[in-house]
Amino acid sequence: MSIRFVEGVKADLTADIVYMMCPMHLLKLQEMMRQVEPGQILEVLTDYDGALEDIPEWCAKTGNEFIGIEEAEDFYKFYIRKKEM
Amino acid sequence: MRYFDHMATCPVKKEVLDAMLPYFSEDFGNPMSLYPLGQKSKDALEEARAQVAALVGAKPQEIIFTASGAESNNTALRGLAYANRQKGTHIIVSKVEHHSILNPARILEKEGFAVTYLPVDKYGLVDPGFLEKAITKETTLISVIHASPEVGTIEPIKELAAIAKKHGVLFHTDAVASAGNIPVNVEGLGVNSLSLSAHEFYGPKGAAALYLKSGTRIVPLIYGGIQESGRRAGTENIPAIVGMGKAAELAAAAMAGNMERLAAFRDKLVKGATEKITSIYLTGHPERRLPGHASFCVEFIEGEAQLLMLAAKGIYAASGSACSSKALKASPVLLSMGVSSELAQGSVVFSMGEENTEEDVDYLLDEFPKLVNRLREISPYAKGWSGVKEKGACIPKN
Repeated sequence: MSIRFVEGVKADLTADIVYMMCPMHLLKLQEMMRQVEPGQILEVLTDYDGALEDIPEWCAKTGNEFIGIEEAEDFYKFYIRKKEM
Repeated sequence: MRYFDHMATCPVKKEVLDAMLPYFSEDFGNPMSLYPLGQKSKDALEEARAQVAALVGAKPQEIIFTASGAESNNTALRGLAYANRQKGTHIIVSKVEHHSILNPARILEKEGFAVTYLPVDKYGLVDPGFLEKAITKETTLISVIHASPEVGTIEPIKELAAIAKKHGVLFHTDAVASAGNIPVNVEGLGVNSLSLSAHEFYGPKGAAALYLKSGTRIVPLIYGGIQESGRRAGTENIPAIVGMGKAAELAAAAMAGNMERLAAFRDKLVKGATEKITSIYLTGHPERRLPGHASFCVEFIEGEAQLLMLAAKGIYAASGSACSSKALKASPVLLSMGVSSELAQGSVVFSMGEENTEEDVDYLLDEFPKLVNRLREISPYAKGWSGVKEKGACIPKN
């Protein structure tokens, strides 16, 4: 899957997991996803490189929409829209 | 045995030990395991987290368990310094910090951070005005000890943390000597992180915690699994953590009574020692100090000699800070308070706990002056000493 770069996406909830490594990025993603409503956008802040592959793939597997990433100075911002029930 | 070294460590209370025992061989599961045995450990871990959180007024998810106060301090100092490296590379620590703050600060200096070591007054107090002047645009972290295990002084953390907050700087406090002994409330103090250790309040050694305010980023010291929300890898020491939780609960319940009783013992000890012994000085603040803590510098004799003589009488005490007494040099804490290096050699620290009795204090007040006199008779430093100097002076001469 190719990485999509986006800018200025407005998120409904942010999960700050900077400095946390695998598999915290997926565990926290699952946990936070439960806290947003279908159609809402979750933002995940992480500096873990493995997330570049894992998060888009997790989205593909679970049917949630991977909107894209934005690069901040020392971490990535991932944007995911929760699937409609 | 009369134990006057509670700043070094405390015995584990029976209720604490009883709470711990099932988690060694019966309920030995790994809290990461999903079957009931693992879940039992997980439940015990989370109960302990809530108990420790309650002791310091934190939310359970803000408590990270570690293996020692030193690990908590190292994690805070290095972890917060590195997590904020993009914002700045200047940190401030006081000169009266424990080695587990001072030494990581020195390592950070070698790694390219700038460190300001804040001076203290003759009581060991950090001046909030000094702190504010030391803050630069590069400052990201300040660490000041809550209470000194060596001189007993309680720092004005609330005022200092408020200054840090005003400048958008993180504030860490090492509350290892205070948590469980005096009220410690993370919200009231306004700190971002705080260290505490179980064996300072009748819990086991090997269990400690770092309070980290929600939403604070930290670089872990230990990488591995997802224990402690990925911030401290390694299978948790469940028996010790359960003991820490129980000890926290008991400490909170007994705190008010202990503080009142131990403050009275301390005042009796300070009054008695300074009246009975000439050229002895109370170190640390006369009022702003830990309840069971009486520390002195005795002129013309060495701390080590006093400890040996005290031990021969069944009295166990400390000299200098608990872990620097073997370093054979004057305590940096006393030196930074303006105590001369000769006088600092005569440091002796008595720290009392809830099992001490008034009779212990009377016994100490009976034996201590006698052994000081004996040591002075054979001391080469006492040459020319008349035996009568200003009596009852409580403050080291600057």
